[in-house]
Amino acid sequence: MTELLIRNAYVIDPINDIRGEIMDIPIREGKIVEEVSDRAPVIDAEGYLTLPGGIDSHSHVCGTKVNFGRYMSPEDMRAGRTARKGRMHVTSGYSVPTTFGNSYRYSAMGYTMVLEGAMAPLEARHTHEEFTATPHQDMMANTLFDGNWSIMEAVLDKDVKRAAAVVAWILNAVKGFAIKLTNPGGTEAWGWGEDLAGIHDEVPHFGVTPAEIIGTMIRANELLHLPHSVHLHCNNLGVPGNHRTTLETIALAPDLNPKRQSLYLTHVQFHSYGGTTWRDIDSRSEEVTKAVNAKPQVVMDMGQIMFGRTTTMTADGPMEFKLYMLHHNKWSNHDVELETGSGIIPVYYTRKSLVNCIMWAIGLELALLTKNPWQCILATDNPNGAPFVKYPEIIALLMSKKFREQEGALLDPRTEHHVPLFAIDRELDWYEIAVMTRAAQAKALGIQDLGRGHLAPGALADVAIYPMKTDQLDPATQFQQVIAGFARTRYTIKRGRVVARDGEVVVDGANSTIWVRPKVPPEYDLSRDPEFVKKFEQYYTVRMRNYPVQDTYLPRGICIETEADL
Amino acid sequence: MKVEDVICPFCGCLCDDLVVEVEGERVIGVENGCTLAQEKFMGDHRLGHPIRRTGKEWTPVSYDEAIETAARVLLEADRPLLYGWSGTQGEAQSVGVHLAELLGAVIDNTSTVCHGPSIMAIQEVGHPGCTLGQVKNRADLLIYWGCNPIDAHPRHMSRYTTYADGFFLKDAFRDRKVIVVDIRETESSNIADEFIRIDPGGDYEVLSALRAIVRGKGALVPASVSGVSREQLFRVADLCKAARFGAIFFGLGLTMSPGKQKNIRNAIELTEELNRHTKFTISPMRGHWNVYGSNEVFTWISGYPYAVDFARGIAFYNPGETTAVDILKRGECDACLVVASDPGAHFPRDCCAHLASIPTIQIDPHVNATTHLSHLQIPVAVTGIDAEGTAYRMDGVPIRTRSLFPSRYPTDTEILERIYAIVAREKGP
Repeated sequence: MTELLIRNAYVIDPINDIRGEIMDIPIREGKIVEEVSDRAPVIDAEGYLTLPGGIDSHSHVCGTKVNFGRYMSPEDMRAGRTARKGRMHVTSGYSVPTTFGNSYRYSAMGYTMVLEGAMAPLEARHTHEEFTATPHQDMMANTLFDGNWSIMEAVLDKDVKRAAAVVAWILNAVKGFAIKLTNPGGTEAWGWGEDLAGIHDEVPHFGVTPAEIIGTMIRANELLHLPHSVHLHCNNLGVPGNHRTTLETIALAPDLNPKRQSLYLTHVQFHSYGGTTWRDIDSRSEEVTKAVNAKPQVVMDMGQIMFGRTTTMTADGPMEFKLYMLHHNKWSNHDVELETGSGIIPVYYTRKSLVNCIMWAIGLELALLTKNPWQCILATDNPNGAPFVKYPEIIALLMSKKFREQEGALLDPRTEHHVPLFAIDRELDWYEIAVMTRAAQAKALGIQDLGRGHLAPGALADVAIYPMKTDQLDPATQFQQVIAGFARTRYTIKRGRVVARDGEVVVDGANSTIWVRPKVPPEYDLSRDPEFVKKFEQYYTVRMRNYPVQDTYLPRGICIETEADL
Repeated sequence: MKVEDVICPFCGCLCDDLVVEVEGERVIGVENGCTLAQEKFMGDHRLGHPIRRTGKEWTPVSYDEAIETAARVLLEADRPLLYGWSGTQGEAQSVGVHLAELLGAVIDNTSTVCHGPSIMAIQEVGHPGCTLGQVKNRADLLIYWGCNPIDAHPRHMSRYTTYADGFFLKDAFRDRKVIVVDIRETESSNIADEFIRIDPGGDYEVLSALRAIVRGKGALVPASVSGVSREQLFRVADLCKAARFGAIFFGLGLTMSPGKQKNIRNAIELTEELNRHTKFTISPMRGHWNVYGSNEVFTWISGYPYAVDFARGIAFYNPGETTAVDILKRGECDACLVVASDPGAHFPRDCCAHLASIPTIQIDPHVNATTHLSHLQIPVAVTGIDAEGTAYRMDGVPIRTRSLFPSRYPTDTEILERIYAIVAREKGP
């Protein structure tokens, strides 16, 4: 019987409404319990800030395009390499580290769960292989349906139940977690080198619009009772004036689930631009957050950009080509038959670029102008806006107006005419940061009932102890200490075991992969549907029997079963 | 017994629709496979047990002894080289990279002598590609450059391109145009709508001329470029721009001819240029069935697709320095583990001579040219025949190969894990 007792922890646990109390946390067999025996080893938390393990609800760390980001970028690999040390494998990479590099760096920051933002179903096996080499975080994979032919056919027929059946078959086959739509319809148009300019444009050859795809998938999602909502990367990413598309999309979100949002919008910073060209672009964070504040059925993540080098990677193939035309560095593209697309380019966000300065400001504004921290999650869309190692700096920016002003002074001086950031006085507190980095993620992903994202007895013992005493630290002025404190935990505890101490990983890990199996009635089982089977065999290049991911790829899979209303 | 939907572990096409008839521990028939697949499944030249060379004699040894010897050789070496990997499962490749890391060894895969230059070009300019199904369903123009799929990837055209009907091309053979670029006539060039015959070594120039024409600078192009007429170049550029979806496939005729990675860079940049007009993609014709898998596995563990040197404690990569041929030619390594490949048949003579002069251990099911340079050979199960495991198709689609009957041989992964365990015991974390 393995036990552990964390003593004298200063706990903030938003899901259980604990807003800063000195507490003991007893742990047995990887779970938080009421009490442990006298023989339990003790960690003295010394009154340090103690939070549930961090959860990243949108990050790109594993799978085909992530690995291609590494493959095409030896310069990035050279930037972050570390030698083998103790239990730690060699790592390489700064913006797209190796799997072990990602895992160790997340552990050092107290993160214990990560959701891979985009998995092409046909190539899912690759994502799961990399998950097993990301040892210290439990992983989940959003599964791409944006350009799925079977989905678009169901949408055209206005057959929500068939769309749900397609989702059920594919999630089950590829061991996915949730529905991801990336530039819905636009990735199929990119199959012909085209894109869609709005949510009411028709997808070439399929006769459906993004609005119809989004609406159908939101309803299909709820019919299947999936833990997470539809996870949407809106159309028109990175296009001046795209806030209109974003507002139209927010208006589509119905109120279908009392426990969580009906629609999760990812990297909203990239979708909150006014103007008509790169010359007159401005921030529309106020309009977007106003819409979000009025719509509790929507949760978003920031998509904060931070200055410096990174690699952008997304299923949004046409957007990456447009970005390549701007940057002229290098460009990779990988369209996936019948399903989706993707692109990768390296970028350098610079303070010398007015556009980049405006982007930087918009991300922060989204967090500061959203009244309810449960509706705005802290993320960079790693590595698109910035590598996740920048999270501590973003936290500090949100907690300190002084830090924002200090950074603001380094920007292109025209920035202030295009953004409202410097008129915002709000400084987030420790509780709000705890919400935005773990609790809101757990709730939005629908995994709090699995004991994730909180510290009540029965929960999984994922705990992060940061070397910061909140009563001795004023984040408004001591922001450098806040950055250092969130960058390196004193202890990161995963499933009741100390995995990292003072930034160093101390044990070999063994993560779990959480996936969802919606159970559907036999008449909605598409493996028995002659039309679906025939189309599969005609147009895919793998046989239907060779498509599903075998159990062997999920040595510690955790399956959430749901009963569909079909 | 007939097994359906079997995956062929021969070339990068990884055809997964074979029907294989099995009797006991023997394959007695293969349907749907090409002649290469037939030979792979039906061939019966496997080594029965591990063998060790003593003087001029080969003596049988036990697996335990062979594994112990292999581990000792690697532990005692100052600069071991772990080479090959493209003919085995991803699981074994993964153990291989961890073993190299633990030993401070150099690990390289066979792409070093095939599409290594393609990877170097991709690292300079990227790679606009797609899965093979995109080509099958959409492409109305195909270009095979420096490759001969009819002989080397016999089902490429029928499964994925020229003859494969797709969603948007119901009568593919009539609706598609095929262009073949090569220095000589081949089986593939014989079926092309347009055959561009270029002078040996002229690829770079021809690619540059096409880029110039597509860019609108055609006036600069002379009457003939490396044996190709100006008229034909303009005709081909027009065909490309008029296509709704074009797909370029290229082989070693481009990667291993003068210009090497610069040829590929130029071809990729032509593809990028064409994307300003229409949709175009480019893909390497990978040879070994899992050579792309070795690039993938190496990359997610070490950060680099091949030629990874762990001697400094970190992962270091510098093709031309840390590549197997260069290390062997310099006589630098003092032990070599060859897994699932045959450098003895493909490497320069000097390299083979060095392999023969150091303790070389081979893990491979078959006796091949490398056997004659080796000191020890450990036979294993063949992934896709009597072992299952992960493989990556030439377009990056991962597939799990099947095991058709229980094997009397251990898998590569099992052998490597046992070697790793001995090395780890000595070196420890």
